[in-house]
Amino acid sequence: MSLNTLSLKQAKEGLSKKKFSSIELVNSCLSEIKERKNLNAFITVCVKEALEEAKEADRRIKDEENFPLLGIPISLKDIYLTKGIRTTAASRVLDNYIPQYSATVVKKLKEAGGIIIGKTNCDAWAHGSSGENSDFGPTKNPWDEEYVPGGSSSGSAVSVAANMSLASTGTDTGGSIRLPASFCNVVGLKPTYGRVSRYGIIAMASSLDSIGHFTKNVEDSALMLSVTAGKDPNDATMPDKKVDDYENYLNKGVKDLKIGIPKEYFSEGLDKRIKEKIERSINLLEARGAIAEYISLPHTEYAIACYYIIQPAEVSSNLARYDGIRYGNDRSSFADEAKRRIMFGTYVLSSGYYEAYYKRAMQVRTLIKKDFDDAFKKVDVVITPVSPTPPWKLGEKTSDPLAMYLSDIYTVTANLAGIPGISIPMGLIDNLPAGIQILGPHFSEGRLFQVGKAVEESGL
Amino acid sequence: MKINVKHVAKLANLPLSNEEEKKFEKQLNEVLSYVEKLNEKDVENIEETNQTTGLENVTREDINTICFAQDEALSNSKKNHNGMFKIPKIF
Amino acid sequence: MKPVIGLEVHIELKTRSKMFCGCSADYFGKKPNTHTCPVCLGLPGALPVPNKKAIEWCVMLGMALNCKIPHFSKFDRKNYFYPDLPKGYQISQYDEPFCVNGSIKLSTGKKIRIRRVHMEEDTAKLVHELGNQKSTRSTSSGQEIKNQKDEGYSLIDFNRSGVPLAEIVTEPDFDDAKDVKEYLQKIQQIARYLEISNADMEKGDMRLEPNISLSKDGKLPSYKIEVKNINSFRFVEKAIEFEIRRQTEILQKGQTPIQETRGWDEAKQKTISQRTKEEASDYRYFPEPDIPPIRWAKSQISNLKSQMRELPKEKFKRFKKDYELSDYDTEILTRETTIADYFEDAVRIGKNKNIDAKKIAKFIMNRKPSIEEVLPAKLVRNIESATTYVNINEEEIKITVKKVLKNNSQAVEDFKKGKTQALQYLVGSVMRALKGKVDPRVVIEAIENELK
Repeated sequence: MSLNTLSLKQAKEGLSKKKFSSIELVNSCLSEIKERKNLNAFITVCVKEALEEAKEADRRIKDEENFPLLGIPISLKDIYLTKGIRTTAASRVLDNYIPQYSATVVKKLKEAGGIIIGKTNCDAWAHGSSGENSDFGPTKNPWDEEYVPGGSSSGSAVSVAANMSLASTGTDTGGSIRLPASFCNVVGLKPTYGRVSRYGIIAMASSLDSIGHFTKNVEDSALMLSVTAGKDPNDATMPDKKVDDYENYLNKGVKDLKIGIPKEYFSEGLDKRIKEKIERSINLLEARGAIAEYISLPHTEYAIACYYIIQPAEVSSNLARYDGIRYGNDRSSFADEAKRRIMFGTYVLSSGYYEAYYKRAMQVRTLIKKDFDDAFKKVDVVITPVSPTPPWKLGEKTSDPLAMYLSDIYTVTANLAGIPGISIPMGLIDNLPAGIQILGPHFSEGRLFQVGKAVEESGL
Repeated sequence: MKINVKHVAKLANLPLSNEEEKKFEKQLNEVLSYVEKLNEKDVENIEETNQTTGLENVTREDINTICFAQDEALSNSKKNHNGMFKIPKIF
Repeated sequence: MKPVIGLEVHIELKTRSKMFCGCSADYFGKKPNTHTCPVCLGLPGALPVPNKKAIEWCVMLGMALNCKIPHFSKFDRKNYFYPDLPKGYQISQYDEPFCVNGSIKLSTGKKIRIRRVHMEEDTAKLVHELGNQKSTRSTSSGQEIKNQKDEGYSLIDFNRSGVPLAEIVTEPDFDDAKDVKEYLQKIQQIARYLEISNADMEKGDMRLEPNISLSKDGKLPSYKIEVKNINSFRFVEKAIEFEIRRQTEILQKGQTPIQETRGWDEAKQKTISQRTKEEASDYRYFPEPDIPPIRWAKSQISNLKSQMRELPKEKFKRFKKDYELSDYDTEILTRETTIADYFEDAVRIGKNKNIDAKKIAKFIMNRKPSIEEVLPAKLVRNIESATTYVNINEEEIKITVKKVLKNNSQAVEDFKKGKTQALQYLVGSVMRALKGKVDPRVVIEAIENELK
């Protein structure tokens, strides 16, 4: 077995038992990156730095130092600022930007011993559901290169799915972690809003952005979160909430756990094969003692409309700083999708339209959030599809922005409500992956790992 | 309702070509008519949610932290002069 | 036609750190771009965290201006593009500011209503270089270098970016430039009393934007002219008076002035058009998603109130009552807290020596001692000796001196021979004979006169 196919946990064990070195591990990832260059998963590969850090990690391992990610190669969505390493947001605007500081999460990963192997491709500014909006070319699905890997954190999902790194970070503003996780057959976690610091990560829509990651399994996802989560004084939107011991949840099982199945997520538009797969997963959970019941999240139908007002509004303001004076190129370098969102957001905030669009969207957001608050009084978790369809072909939706937006239909609600969600692989449909989404109340990541582990163990 | 792309692009400080204006006008108006779905919903007396954390009163103490050195601050600028960012004359 | 004038005053707070980051807010005269960080440079990914002290000071300022402090308040983004605004938006407050509905009374009894006091962040500083004329320079060999293609450029220093600003907005209640000046002096005095700002107009700690229009029928006019770049008290009156004259002329021709922003040009002694209404901005305000709102408990507000320093009005009243001073004396002594504090320190020391406050007040006003050099205790000693001297009749000193000299001929002889100890002996004898405290210098003078 190649070292790059190992899970975090396995790699950590192997490294500390000196079965192999960090250099060997890093090299096996680097050669995979080279091997599958055509997937276009990376914008920048940090060969030299990663090997230097691996050498240092091996020395520290020899000294019996013990850190959760010591010597393990991890990739970062190229929207995480890395001091001294080019960070582009996959946009020409930042094609030469060398950050003067690192994101809090990057610092935490490094403090935990992690090695940054490279910066992954994504939809520019995280705008997109397919990965095709990158100014550095689209990322391809490793399961079938004619298909999209899902976006916006496309390269991150692919880097884990194709064993180019052992874990990868992403951002999820409307599904940008869960959707590519589902399309690439990896575990993707979108934590509670405010669980992980946003400081130093290029903002898309500030009230929706959630900072998460991709791993090969649920256990690794829990391990990653225990490194990245926790209060950062530089981010004022983080509740001072204790970080759970997530590993404790992994083997709790699902006996007597109440699962809500929102009927609005299983209506027309959902691919029949996905529906069947989810039903089968729920049956398997029931077989393990879970109790499933149908529930209603009545305002689901407004979610996309609500999201596509709030999100572009915040985008239009967050992208205003890119004027080419202090860094980067000027505003003519934005590509189409960013221009569309900036203009749409500018419009909904402009004089005379604010009340009709932005204010109304914030009111509907209250209703969507309340749907979940009410649901979680009755059930412990909610289970839904991640995407209404399996992955689509490259180019299929690029000329129809609205069709692309509608693929976020099952994921945006969690961002509007600020709740955590996880996408767990549930097998293949016509040789392409599909994921199942588990949603929980604020700060219930432990419970998501608990249920996710059970789904994983159901043997799909 | 229809979006005046020219006006919005000016507000957003985005230079657009004529072709772009046309293309975006069509696309943006499609999205606009979709989001007008929200008009179906009666939202009277419903509070607005612009943050989901429920947090209030998050502040920091009035303490100094370390700043960038001048060359660090300027390190990504295309043009600078006498320790300042240089841009074409305004006014 | 009656002028209708409203004012927006920006006060830069003298907190240690900036409004949303830990960079030093003390930017004046510092090396450019050395007080910057990801937040105030508007780097990607940076997030603001508000300065608690700045918020408290803003609320105190509001309370000093008799404002109500709403229990709920929030920050908003004001979106516009300008090279001095690094994020492309300014974090400010739109519909729920920290302080609302205040007022301030002028000496004429006129009440100026204050609409709101809110918190925002300052922009960076732009330096404009003119191009051809300015880029012409001589080399050491005397040769002139002229760059024909140089169209001029602007330079940006972000040290000021993000420094906390409190903005005070009045209703359009002024109708004359003198009232505006008095109002500004009052605002300046209050800010200094609270010790929240140096409020120095020349340094830009206090900035003023009047909007001026003329009303024919007492109603609010359909247009207004905003004037910027007024950076001294001297210019305030001149700029307003110029605008009133300019607008009167236009209106008299039967036209309406164009709504616009104008700037005061001190060299030309007039206002100059800067931006017309066609380009007027649409700020697209929306609630700042990066900063949770502020909610005050009643106890927090009363706690802040109790921490507030005494305000000019209160101090004036107390001085008049406690020290029985005239309005005029009180006004002068309370104009600045440094003088008021100095006076009160001296009063405290003087009390033990039976020197009353009035005497100290008069002494300070007549002698204008340097308060840095003459400490209050020294001031009191000076008053003591001066007082004693005044109380003793000059004639009495003369008689005593004569008597002492007559009875101490040996000492007089010694003194004439140049023995300084003899003089000390003689002075001592005179002082003893006078039983009181006499300024020894006066005695020496009298002895010398007598022996001439």
